[in-house]
Amino acid sequence: MTDTTMTPTEGAIPILSIDGLNVDFRTRGGVVHAVRGLGFDVHRGEMVGVVGESGSGKSVTAFNIMGILDSAGQVTGGKVMFRGLDLINAPESALRQIRGREASMIFQNPRVALNPIRTVGDQIEDVLRRHTTILRRDMKQAAIAALDAVRIRDPEDRYNAYPFELSGGMCQRVMIALALACDPDLLIADEPTTGLDVTTQKTIMDLIQDLGRERNLATVLITHDLGLASRYCQRLVVMQSGEVVESAATMTLFTAPRHPYTQKLIRATPRLDSRLADLTGEARAAGSVSAERATTSAEPLLSVRNLVKEFDSGASTGWFARLRGKGTDATPFRAVDGISLDVMAGESVGLVGESGCGKSTTSSIVTRLLDPTEGQVLFDGQDLALIPAAGFALRPERKQIQMVFQDPTESLNPRFTARRCIADPLLRLAGMSDAAAREERVVELADMVGLPVDLLGRFPHQLSGGQKARVGIARAISVSPRLLILDEPTSALDVSVQAIVLNLLADLREKLGMSYLFVSHDLNVVRLLCSRVIVMQAGRIVEEGPASEILSNPRDPYTRALIDAVPHLDMDAANRLAKAEEPA
Amino acid sequence: MKAFLKHLRYVLTENPVTLVAGSMFLMLILLGLFGPWIVPYDPLASSPAALQPPSAQHWFGTDQLGRDVFSRVIVATRLDLTIAIVAVALSFVAGSVFGSIAGFYGGWADRIVGRVTDTIMAFPLFVLAMGIVAALGNTVENIVYATAIINFPFYARVARAEVNVRRGAGFVQAARLAGNSDLRLLATQIYPNVLPPMMVQVSLNMGWAILNAAGLSFIGLGVRPPTPEWGIMVAEGATYIVSGEWWLALFPGLALMLAVFCFNLLGDGLRDLIDPRQRT
Repeated sequence: MTDTTMTPTEGAIPILSIDGLNVDFRTRGGVVHAVRGLGFDVHRGEMVGVVGESGSGKSVTAFNIMGILDSAGQVTGGKVMFRGLDLINAPESALRQIRGREASMIFQNPRVALNPIRTVGDQIEDVLRRHTTILRRDMKQAAIAALDAVRIRDPEDRYNAYPFELSGGMCQRVMIALALACDPDLLIADEPTTGLDVTTQKTIMDLIQDLGRERNLATVLITHDLGLASRYCQRLVVMQSGEVVESAATMTLFTAPRHPYTQKLIRATPRLDSRLADLTGEARAAGSVSAERATTSAEPLLSVRNLVKEFDSGASTGWFARLRGKGTDATPFRAVDGISLDVMAGESVGLVGESGCGKSTTSSIVTRLLDPTEGQVLFDGQDLALIPAAGFALRPERKQIQMVFQDPTESLNPRFTARRCIADPLLRLAGMSDAAAREERVVELADMVGLPVDLLGRFPHQLSGGQKARVGIARAISVSPRLLILDEPTSALDVSVQAIVLNLLADLREKLGMSYLFVSHDLNVVRLLCSRVIVMQAGRIVEEGPASEILSNPRDPYTRALIDAVPHLDMDAANRLAKAEEPA
Repeated sequence: MKAFLKHLRYVLTENPVTLVAGSMFLMLILLGLFGPWIVPYDPLASSPAALQPPSAQHWFGTDQLGRDVFSRVIVATRLDLTIAIVAVALSFVAGSVFGSIAGFYGGWADRIVGRVTDTIMAFPLFVLAMGIVAALGNTVENIVYATAIINFPFYARVARAEVNVRRGAGFVQAARLAGNSDLRLLATQIYPNVLPPMMVQVSLNMGWAILNAAGLSFIGLGVRPPTPEWGIMVAEGATYIVSGEWWLALFPGLALMLAVFCFNLLGDGLRDLIDPRQRT
């Protein structure tokens, strides 16, 4: 199954070898086979990517290697050999020796994985104390050295920092420092960059790669992002519902994917040059680009002027400061710092930036869920900023601006069925009090977004991520808004689902003539749907222009960094990686 | 309705504890409803056969006035349950309303509700209940009010905390976009999601309310003899334990214990019943 001829370390004994692994979970609905017949090898000095969508069993695999599987999970067959030791039948005491010292793991969410009430230095010392013979007086020095190794600036200061004082990227560095403190031979990184910004993602992944090379580590990268895996891994294992569907060297996998699932996954991952139609492999109605040109008029539907939003910085507005009359001294934090933008009727504009750049605040103000501190929100010539957000829900203008939320799970009321979710705006905004007419419209909407009508009676937890996204979109378009704000509508979805949802959004815009304001951190995705892109940084607009122009020729250094950081599925990078590995 | 019954059956069969608690609860309700008609003796009628130990005629024996203890224990179910249910319902409604408003609007509403609950919690609750009954007058209604007042903070706090975390949730924002006013949002979108933890609180509180009512009558407040009530019966029977007539206090005490036990066990089942996420 494994294409061993492609590995650079052919003939060497693998440090980790998994063969025919089966893992079952006992649940209320019966036994679930989470992993079936999994097998792959990892050698020293290489990075192997385990790629798959949610529920494919990739995290279960990682937990299994480390022997920290949930008690409901059970290994029912196969072997996990780590340097000749059978990890599945090894006693807990032996595993405890291996964990941290010889095999380490980096978790998905660094903030959750770090103990919030202990300093970073203490947590590193814990690991050192357990697994090394470093003397107590040298411990602090060793911990600082570990922080220094992951390129944390001022490690002496950071030694005393608590996790909440550090940024997400910084926390992940600390996690890596923890994982590598005892010089392990095997590092398992389980989605190490989920929830981090793209530029942070790049620095973290570069760090893992560099450290891996320096220390001749065997690394297993578990990820859902094929682009990321292609950039850093020599070999890839593609998993689907618990089974390995394909396993090959990165180059081979991309140039000649054999399994249909791999092909679908590669197609669905947006590249620099891909178009929407490429993602699903289906032919879309021709002339969509020209149609877009035709429907875009010169009249701005929405124009935002000098928008400012300040938040209290909180720090010195406590009762003590207020008591001393110093509350007013605190300079409020400017989340949005005087931005102006236009969205033409029928146009689709992308608003791109990293977390904290103010893009979500801007979209909340435009949606009128939040009041701006200053500035105008002109919608069809009328200044909506004059209407307080608190009373906007009951205004007739509410119908015109709707939003698709980031997290389809969180944005659906767990106690409402899909039908009731979609019908709610119809009842409140469109005033459709006739149940039969409402039902007819709900069915029509479900049909429009491709949601099977028999799923309408289900609760959100009974729907898949893609189906929930469809419910969210159906709800947003139910009252035929003229402006639809898309707040990272695909960031919580798997790539194959993302491809379908993006296509759906493009189709709907064509059909209904809405304007889109697409808020996202992913330039690659924005480019697919938007003709014009606005790049934001620290509350300001740094660059604005046609999507193709910005991507091919960014003027601002920040935009360039952003574009570079997005891991593309590009053959050149994989090629370079393969070449670099050859002499080794 | 059909789906609900199916779910009810699922919840009951999945967890044997819930099944046991559910059947006990059903039995208590039936005894409360039909108790006076099924008992073998008049609970108030005295007879010459005083202080008889349990026998075939008198299952739980007779008391100092020759009244049948079994009949009195059964008949008392209605009064004790009524006091507990009405008191819990009152504090549940008041706590939900004020707690939700405090959690949703924050600011002054939150501060006022917060300080009121803090003030109530600052007293030893049973002593506070005694004080309220003593001040308002020694009647059954006032026992209900006193029990409701001392239970109010628990509901207000749970409702406040649960509403507060959901205030900014995505589905709430979405509902706002759908044109729901704040009040409607709170009532139809947020509050139903707060129900599962509130139901657990209800079931725990119910047992506590029964104990509280019995406790008040034990010390002579509220219900007065000769009304059959578990608390009074334990109080009256207590004096006879030393002389060996243990059945006077034991059986009403046992009834009290079973009722409290039943409500405490019911919590998880109630939550599962009310949470749609448990339906698969």
